Amino acid sequence: MNIQAQAPVLIIIIPLLASLINILIGTWRRDLCYPFALIVLGSCLLLAFNIMDTVINTGTIHYRIGGWAPPWGIEYVIDHLNAFIAVIVTSMSFIVSVYSRRSIEKELRASKIPYFYTLYILLTTGLLGITVTGDVFNIYVFLEITSLAGYALIAIGDEKAPMASFNYVVMGTIGACFYLLGVGYLYIMTGSLNIADLQRLLPDLYGSTVILVAFAFFLIGVSIKIAFFPLHTWLPDAYTHAPSAVSAVVASTMTKVGAYVMIRITFTVFEPRFSSEIIPMTSILGWSSVLAIISGSVLALAQTDFKRTLSYILIAEVGYIVIGLSVGNRAGFTGSVLHILNDAFMVACLFMVAGAVVYKKGSRNIDAFTGLNKRMPFTMAAFGIAAISMIGVPPTAGFFSKWYLVLGTIEAGQWVFASALLFSSLINAVIFVRILEKVYFNGENVSIPQSRDEVPLSMLFPVIFMGAGILVLGLYSGDIISSVIQHTVPKGF
Amino acid sequence: MDILVSIKPVLAMAVSLAAAFLILITGESARNLRETWTILAAVIKFLIVASMLPQILDNKVIEYTLVSIAPGLLIKFRVDALGIFFGLTASFLWIITSFYSIGYVRSSNEHAQTRYFMCFSIALSATMGVAFSANMFTTFLFYEIITLCTFPLVGHKGTQEALKGAKRYLTYLLGTSVAFQLLAVILTYHTAGTLDFSNHGIMSAARDRGASDAFLTVIFVLYMAGITKAAMMPFHSWLPAAMVAPTPVSALLHAVAVVKTGVFVVVKIVLHIFGIDLLRQLGLGTALAYFSSFTIIVASVIALKQDNLKRRLAYSTVSQLSYVILGVALLTPSGITGSIMHIVIHAFGKITLFFTAGAIYIASHKTEISQLDGIGKKMPFTMAAFTVGALSMIGLPPFGGFISKWYIAIGSIEARELPIILVIATSTILNACYFLPVVYAAFFKEPKPAHTHSHGSDAYQSPVTHHPSIHEAPAMMVVPLIVTAIGVVALFFSPSRFLELAKIVVSSVTGGN
Repeated sequence: MNIQAQAPVLIIIIPLLASLINILIGTWRRDLCYPFALIVLGSCLLLAFNIMDTVINTGTIHYRIGGWAPPWGIEYVIDHLNAFIAVIVTSMSFIVSVYSRRSIEKELRASKIPYFYTLYILLTTGLLGITVTGDVFNIYVFLEITSLAGYALIAIGDEKAPMASFNYVVMGTIGACFYLLGVGYLYIMTGSLNIADLQRLLPDLYGSTVILVAFAFFLIGVSIKIAFFPLHTWLPDAYTHAPSAVSAVVASTMTKVGAYVMIRITFTVFEPRFSSEIIPMTSILGWSSVLAIISGSVLALAQTDFKRTLSYILIAEVGYIVIGLSVGNRAGFTGSVLHILNDAFMVACLFMVAGAVVYKKGSRNIDAFTGLNKRMPFTMAAFGIAAISMIGVPPTAGFFSKWYLVLGTIEAGQWVFASALLFSSLINAVIFVRILEKVYFNGENVSIPQSRDEVPLSMLFPVIFMGAGILVLGLYSGDIISSVIQHTVPKGF
Repeated sequence: MDILVSIKPVLAMAVSLAAAFLILITGESARNLRETWTILAAVIKFLIVASMLPQILDNKVIEYTLVSIAPGLLIKFRVDALGIFFGLTASFLWIITSFYSIGYVRSSNEHAQTRYFMCFSIALSATMGVAFSANMFTTFLFYEIITLCTFPLVGHKGTQEALKGAKRYLTYLLGTSVAFQLLAVILTYHTAGTLDFSNHGIMSAARDRGASDAFLTVIFVLYMAGITKAAMMPFHSWLPAAMVAPTPVSALLHAVAVVKTGVFVVVKIVLHIFGIDLLRQLGLGTALAYFSSFTIIVASVIALKQDNLKRRLAYSTVSQLSYVILGVALLTPSGITGSIMHIVIHAFGKITLFFTAGAIYIASHKTEISQLDGIGKKMPFTMAAFTVGALSMIGLPPFGGFISKWYIAIGSIEARELPIILVIATSTILNACYFLPVVYAAFFKEPKPAHTHSHGSDAYQSPVTHHPSIHEAPAMMVVPLIVTAIGVVALFFSPSRFLELAKIVVSSVTGGN
């Protein structure tokens, strides 16, 4: 069997089966779950790179499940955008899984570990499913797999986690319902669920109220899933109380994949002219993003719990991504897609740092960072880089996506949007300076002798990798844009 | 104008970066070796910069593209007359400051010396990066690196007061640059389609392409608000707050590297982003001139009230930095010459003054001007150097300060802005008012009884009017401040090399008119 040709389906089947096998392994020998998960996620990562390579060299991949032709059968379609998101998802989930072992041992009861890895692999399966499929109903199925795995993973966190997860279940299910209703309406009107097919059929129906409602339902559904303001209320609790490794992986992948779905719906299933001209959806999205950015940043500033701070920052960052989509030009779109990647790295890095501090100090409070530069110099160096990237200082990655986002808003003449982005930079500066100051200066006043006391290597290495990655990605932004992102820009931009 | 491609500007930037790394791995255990790296890097850096001088004087430009990240976003170096002017000043003064620093931190037993020297090296790398940057992106990049790596130096002492100062420092410098300067840079790219500096200003054609005057004015204002390192009012208060830093930091960074980066970037923006023609058409030159005049006068008045020596020097710096901006804002050849000359002349003068403040602190632990009565007899060399620096600030011949003030005054006549002369005169009087009493007290007043200062040992508490313990600071500190004082005088007698460079700058930006 030619692996390259089967890669689009293998990347789903392997983790799906593995998540089931993992339970069996777990009942036999608990300690084998970790290496098994690493192997599975590692092979997914390789497959994702393989797919990316194929897409760059030979163009969009069309894979028919079981040989059934669309629109009757399910078709997997992978273009530059899908491959890009798949690489992000697999990278994040692999790196965080390396990190997870010691962190999870500390935060969870040993009996839960096999379930953790099972759910973790299942989460990755769902996320990858969303990114490879070319079918709106199939997206729904995988969205629910992802969400269910996510609910469970969050619920195994600290004592407040079950309640937070329950909130998330309620909100997430409402979101899924909206999405499913959207799918249903489209099916009623067109009789098709295949994205390429819908793209062909829909333009004739743009005047229809049902289609308008379907579009609105899609957006509301996805907005809940990506915690887009003001539908974000479930996120801070869920991501704060989840185990650190879970926060790191869900924060860096779920919102990103959600953003991908939003891009697909607004720019592929519907044409850009529908989303921006026939109905003023993009300007509604744009102004909501402004609110998301401002309120996310300001609320982040008000927190003392570090993970909660990050959660609100993440809400602002979702606003960044959506704002770039809403302006409807090349620079803005480029900024959004680039920010999906950069933000995944930054958020994963920061949540893993949070986990490392929890591991050593047992506290999520910002005060726990006091004087850590001596105890955990490497973790704190990575934290510093991620913080600077969040502020948007070159040559870190965060600068480059912000550059394109602001450029996009200016080209669209949206001054308020540009101001909101820069305002958020300013707030991020205040937030992170406040913490960095604790890290690097207050240590002098602490009387306890400060010897080096880093987290275990399996936790430290992923953190450093992410920190270094933020710098490297920054320097390679141009290459990433020219080899991948520019092919994802919708026609007409 | 010929363009040479050479990696030298990158090396000039990178040598102290390498040194920072070596300093880190050498660490506290081998401090002599660690300090060797600093000195070595400083000397090599200066030699590299100096080796580029002949080509620049030959009217050539040296370029090197390090990385091309994305369209419009290139890390690219370009050494021109203006850049090498600043590069020479900063790298030369770094050598002297390095010796002084070593004397200072060892005499006062500072903690975290490795971090101190490492951040210092990185700061100088970034300063060279700004001096030799070819486009606004590279400038912005290194501008931010300077902010970040000097933050630990400002907060070095780790006391509550130091942290407060450092926080204000970072909030002002980082906040305004990510909010205003970045927006201005993006707007520039949006309007001009490039960020590469050009001699006639990359925005010069923007008007013809439909950019409205109001829009261009907004960009200009954003730049001025975003380059807080130039300490123009109302964004100046970080500089006095940063005086909590150890004195060598105040000396090199807050008289030379950081603040001069600020005014240097302002000069770049005036000359190379907007261009003098466009600014004249928009009337923004005059506006900037009067705005900076306001800072010159008000900061001088505030300086009068300061009793803390370093704070007085800081307000003096705020005032003097605006001279540089004033000069270039006049948009006339003499004004620009005066502005550029003031970069080097003020650097030498102010670093001398800060060096003396540090020497006084190390020798006697005195920080307030009211404690300095009669100290000139104890520390004659130090106070003589102080006098030289002070007189140069006032602008008296035969000290360097006269030259730049002279050119700026002529520039204001060329620009037909006679009120500016009044500003210069007023400021000169104010300068005299806040510097001469210090000199007078040091040399001609009798020392006050000992109880005025807090570091009381038994000897101090006895009713003896003399402090037998006060004598000159270590030679490692006194020699550098004498060297810079001599530099101040030398700049008056032979400013030709620097004037030549200034002339090249002027002819390149006004050429073709």
